[in-house]
Amino acid sequence: MPELPNSTLAATAAEPRTTGATGEGTSVLEAARLVLLRDLTLAFRRRGQLVQPLAFFAIVTTLFPLAISPELARLREVAAGVIWVAALLASLLALESLFRDDAYDGALEQYALSGQPLTGLMFAKTAAHWLLTGLPLALMAPLAALSLGAPAGAVPGIVASIAIGTVALSLIGSIGAALTLGIRRSGVLLALLTLPLSLPVLIFGARASELAIQGASYVAPLELLSALAVLGITLAPLAAAAAVRISLE
Amino acid sequence: MSHEGLEAENLNLWRGERHVLRGVGFAAPRGACLHVAGANGAGKTSLLRTACGLLYPESGRVLWNGRNVHEDLPAFHASLIYIGHEPPLKADLSALENLRFWIGMRRRVGRALLAAALQRVGAAAWSERPARTLSAGQKRRVALAALSLALVPLWLLDEPTTNLDAEGQQLVGALIEEQLTRGGVVLAATHHELPVAAVRVRRLELRLA
Repeated sequence: MPELPNSTLAATAAEPRTTGATGEGTSVLEAARLVLLRDLTLAFRRRGQLVQPLAFFAIVTTLFPLAISPELARLREVAAGVIWVAALLASLLALESLFRDDAYDGALEQYALSGQPLTGLMFAKTAAHWLLTGLPLALMAPLAALSLGAPAGAVPGIVASIAIGTVALSLIGSIGAALTLGIRRSGVLLALLTLPLSLPVLIFGARASELAIQGASYVAPLELLSALAVLGITLAPLAAAAAVRISLE
Repeated sequence: MSHEGLEAENLNLWRGERHVLRGVGFAAPRGACLHVAGANGAGKTSLLRTACGLLYPESGRVLWNGRNVHEDLPAFHASLIYIGHEPPLKADLSALENLRFWIGMRRRVGRALLAAALQRVGAAAWSERPARTLSAGQKRRVALAALSLALVPLWLLDEPTTNLDAEGQQLVGALIEEQLTRGGVVLAATHHELPVAAVRVRRLELRLA
């Protein structure tokens, strides 16, 4: 941000203004960048919360060998499904807090009153959520995949499917999180609302990972996954913004 | 020029079974401060939230410079700042960071401006402390700094003097007077007296049902 000279406060304060939209107003992109930056800063101030979904993912994927069989051949058959269900639940785990703190401390109200399009700000918040859960999950996926007997050649396919799939999951989740804002202990309701909508993501994501493990081409399900993510990017922030406005009434 | 400022006509607002605002109307022209008074639960906060377009009244309308605010909410919101009874601060961010994000959403502010605003509200010494460690009065002062930086013509303040010491309350008065002198409009809901010269204040008394 460019610095303004010290005298601006006095100068602008002295002359009468007609509207709030002055030449030095913040653009939508800049406002969205600030929202993203704020959420990332806050997340790194509270690292405990940041680590929880990742630890959850790691523990769930290590529970399966204990429950099913330590035989890699058998684990390999379920690896794609296990990784994807664990990623889906881990992403869901972090959703509840997406808007809750903002609603509690009045930040959401200020977003709605900032004069900036709420849709853009919701997109920024969802992007922050993905950077803090989806991306780390994708980076952790190789470890889980290898420990479940997946061949090293399958790693790129699995990482790509989780990275793209969690974009769609974060976006779908943002609608659910916004809709359940007014409700106390919304965790279970949020899951009931979000999980059915996440089914297509789970199906195509697990299919892409499965094909990658088999050494087959996984492009087709990955493309469908990308289509879901793009659909989410265009529609979900609109829905989340509308839900947030309703929650402020 | 009679339509410059904020006006409301015949506002009726229901919250569930309660008829909170019953035909409320007011006119706050430029340079005027509207003191919204009334007992607890009389609908002061509801009126403020209706005035800034967060609540949709069942009937009646709010006009800013003669135009219904719901025609172009983003433009209306860009010309107002609303501070609820709890200042919207992030507990894990410092006063300075809070201010930078809050005001930065609306307009570009440099470090020097932020520091000057914090200095004026007496926050210079603790501006780097996380908001979680600040007292209620100190949080209020950060909100006052935001007011002075926002550079918008319309202020909507819910209980602006709560939790402030005598000097802080005088500061609220001084800030409001400056805003009025600039031709701004202030709506302040409080059951206390406002530390502002009486000639500039119009009083709107809300009564309980």
